[in-house]
This record gives sequence, structure tokens and C-alpha cells, in this order.
Amino acid sequence: MSNNTEFTLAELMIVAASESWRGDGEVLASGIGVIPRLGASLAKLTYAPELLMTDSECFLVEEPIPLGPRGDYVPKYSGYMSFERVFECVWGGRRHAMIGPTQIDRFGQTNLSVVGDYRKPKAAILGVRGLPGNSINHINSFFVPNHSKRVFVEGEVDMVSGGGFNPARWAPGMKQDFMDIRRIVTDLCVLDFEGPDHAIRVRSLHPGVSFDEVQEKTGFPLLKAPEMGETPHPTAAQLAKGNPPGIRAAA
Amino acid sequence: MNKLMTTADVVDQLRDGMTIGFGGWGPRRKPMAIVREILRSDVKDLTVVSYGGPDVGMLCAAGKVKKLIFGFATLDAIPLEPWYRKVREAGKLELLELDEGMWQWGLRAAGMRVPFLPTRCGLATDVTKLNPELKTIQSPYDDGEVLLAMPALKLDVALVHVNVADQLGNTLIQGGDPYFDHLVARAADACYVSAERVEERLALTPDQARLNTFERYLVKGVVHAPCGAHPTTCAPEYGWDMSHFKRYVASAAEEGGWQAYMDEFVTPGEAAYQDKNGGIERMGKLPLPVF
Repeated sequence: MSNNTEFTLAELMIVAASESWRGDGEVLASGIGVIPRLGASLAKLTYAPELLMTDSECFLVEEPIPLGPRGDYVPKYSGYMSFERVFECVWGGRRHAMIGPTQIDRFGQTNLSVVGDYRKPKAAILGVRGLPGNSINHINSFFVPNHSKRVFVEGEVDMVSGGGFNPARWAPGMKQDFMDIRRIVTDLCVLDFEGPDHAIRVRSLHPGVSFDEVQEKTGFPLLKAPEMGETPHPTAAQLAKGNPPGIRAAA
Repeated sequence: MNKLMTTADVVDQLRDGMTIGFGGWGPRRKPMAIVREILRSDVKDLTVVSYGGPDVGMLCAAGKVKKLIFGFATLDAIPLEPWYRKVREAGKLELLELDEGMWQWGLRAAGMRVPFLPTRCGLATDVTKLNPELKTIQSPYDDGEVLLAMPALKLDVALVHVNVADQLGNTLIQGGDPYFDHLVARAADACYVSAERVEERLALTPDQARLNTFERYLVKGVVHAPCGAHPTTCAPEYGWDMSHFKRYVASAAEEGGWQAYMDEFVTPGEAAYQDKNGGIERMGKLPLPVF
């Protein structure tokens, strides 16, 4: 047992992120940003060696690439995954991405485009990027480093970039079956959409965080998962995975 | 047959109000020498079609863009494209903001000369709600599924930067990822390429020839533009120029910043641009980013 192992919040979130890919089988694991990427790498290095992963450019690797300057490390490529192939993968549904949207609402709809009025926004962010296509084609999870009402907004997100479980947005005949929103890992908790009619729930709380605190920092009502407990602590074995993939190095 | 021309010759082919597609991806392999020539010209009211990087930002800063057809604008290492952001927040752009997949689907449709291609991407989002000109279509087969009919994105002109070209219009993209330049080229009435190196006629091994991603019949003109993607990357030769990006980003926060950037880097011409950036010896050796 490793209950006495010391760990940081970043390490806890990396391990929580890595759990998102459990049971997915042979899919492309795309963790965008440091913690999602290290989470995907950890998953591949521990319980999910079957995951596919890239070097964050255009080659597939079976050994996750270390973060940042590589020194003497030479990546060992096992295949090719140009941007064009990533889209083919997206449309075929064999991908589970974890990204950090600017806003998320209770339907799992996400925004990466603008904050405020669409025509004259308070803040222009990146644009919708691949979120519309990702959301309707494959599994998605999200990472939120600063759990707050600015991210988890009341009502709908300002610009629905990634679709979600809002019945008003779906017309008859549109295929929702491939939409699969799994987890949201934040600095306070882990959320999922496994409540009635995909209601958003707190799945686990990070050490020292209460449900009330999470609710207070969220712009919509949350459910408690019946099994809601503390987010699993990183094990010594997980922490020992050096760089690559470097969960200690990043924390 | 000799398609060699200058950046000025390319810009002479552009007209106010044209729809222009750009190759590359964000801050990667953008035809920036040609973009700078557009900035020096009086061409205006452009519809810009791009996976946006500083091509989009600079054309926005210079007031050249009437409408933007895009999925994003970013400098990657600096996530927010400063001039796109500033002009976008001022509410001055017409927009067709598309899912990245829809964007290339539109170009594919144009290249295939069909009016649309079906996709699920964009359904149940604000992409379709904000752009009622994007219509749905019901599958004529037993499934009856309702899909988005992504309309063809026909381009007047495509501008692409490649590693190697010849005078006939043959091109090689030697970086690991060719991005979507072939689709941009196919969607256009006329494609002009700039190239790091131009040869009279390519004579290649099979491995090299595989790096040709679109046919020369699509290419109307070839420009020799060493370091012509700067400040964006041109793998495998050089990476992006972070110090230049920082200078460019700072210009968006300064009073008169764009005019100062133009005066310092653009107006004096490409030779002066290279001198200002340490010459092609420095520019051509900028390290590729590591992720």
C-alpha cells in the first residue's frame, strides 16, 4: 500500500486524468496540455499499453515521449499520424481526447471560441478548433485547472463549440450515438455525466475538498455520485514512472 | 514552361474582394513572404480562408480582411493570436467560424467540384446556429440520418509555402506533416507557391518524389523565397522565431503598434526583413520546436 506516499495536486490530477482512458481499448489517446498529456502517457505506461499515442506532432510512438527538451532521448516511431490522419481517426471514432475548454456547461457543451457576445466578444480565444467534430464523433474528457463559475457557467456556454447533452440543440434524425462525454478532472474534483439523463455528478473529491465547496464554485447544480469518495491517491508505482513520462518532473 | 515569378507578380494577380486560401497550420509553414507582399499592396476586402496563424493576424491588423473563414487562429507557443484577437474583439470581421474538419471538407468539395459534402461535424453547436447558410440534408438511404451539408469553399487563389519547387510547378513538402496544402491548392482557380529552393526541373528518387502532395497543373506560379515562412516554422529546416513572435505580439499592445511593425519589418522589403531578423543564416537555423 502507498497511503502514506506524499504527492502534489498536479500528480493527483495526472493520475485522475489517466483513469479517464481505462477500458477504452485501442484508441488514439490525445491529451492536450501538460496534465492531460502526462495522464495519457501514464495510462499507456501502466494499465493501458494498447492505447495509441503520438509525439504531439505527426508520428505514432509506443513509448510516450518525455515532456520538453529531450536531451539524448531519441523517439522511437512506430507509425504515422499526420493531421490529416488524425481527422480520419476522429471521424471513425477511434479517439479519446482530453482538452481544456474555456467554458463548460451542465450539458457538457464546451466553448473555446469567445467569451461574451459573439459579434463583439469580451475575449476572443482560439476558435472552435476541432471541438464540434470531436464532440459528435468520439469520446471526450476535459481538464479544468481552475474550477470556478467562470469555467462552469450558468446556463449554456457563450459559444457552443463542442456539442453536448442539451436536447434543445438536437433535431430529429441527427445521430447522437457517437457522442460520449466521460470525465472532467479539475483542481477540486472529478466529474462525470452518469446521472439520470446524463446529469453531471461529482464522482470523487480531491483530499481536503468538500462537495459544498465544489458546488459553490460551479454555476449549476451538481449531483453526488452514490459512490462519491476521495479521488484515488497516486501510488508509489505511478509516481515512480520517471520522465518519460515524468509525472514527478511536471508536478 | 517556366512559372518562376516574384512575390510582387503574385500580388499583381490579386483583386479586391477575392477569396484567398492559405496553406500551413497555425504558426507552421505559412507563405509569409507573400503575406508581407500583400501587406505592402493596396489589395483589400479579402475573404481569408485559413487554419490561422500570423497570416490571419497580420492581414487583420492591416485591415485587409473583410471576412474570415477559419477554425482557429493561434501562434501555438503563444496560444492567443494577438492581432486576430484585437480585430475580432472590435467586432469588425465577418465570420464563418468552422470546425477544423468542416473547413477541409469544404475545400475537398470545391476540389471535387461537388456542391457539398455530408458530415456530422458542426451539428448541435453554435457553428450551425450562427451560420444559417449551413444547411442540413437527410440521407436518401434507409438510415434517414440528418447530416450537415458542408458547402464547397471555392477559392479564387491559394497561397502555399513549400520546401522545394521547380520552374514547372512541381513541389515537395519535406516536413513531417504536409498539413492540408493539397486541399487548398485543389480548391482554387489559381495556386501560387513560394519555395525555400527552386530548381530548373526536379529529378528525384522514389522516396523524395513521395513528398509531392499536389500536381503541378494546379500551380500557376513559383516564387523563390528563402526563409519565406519566417516567422513561422518550415520543417525540417527551421523553427518558428520566438523573439520575432514576441515583438509581433507586443505590437498589438502598443499605440500605433501595427504601423511601427510595418515600418520596421514589412515596408522596407524582404531583403531588409531578413537583415532585421539576423539574416537568412540565423533565420534558416532557428531550432524546430520540441513538444
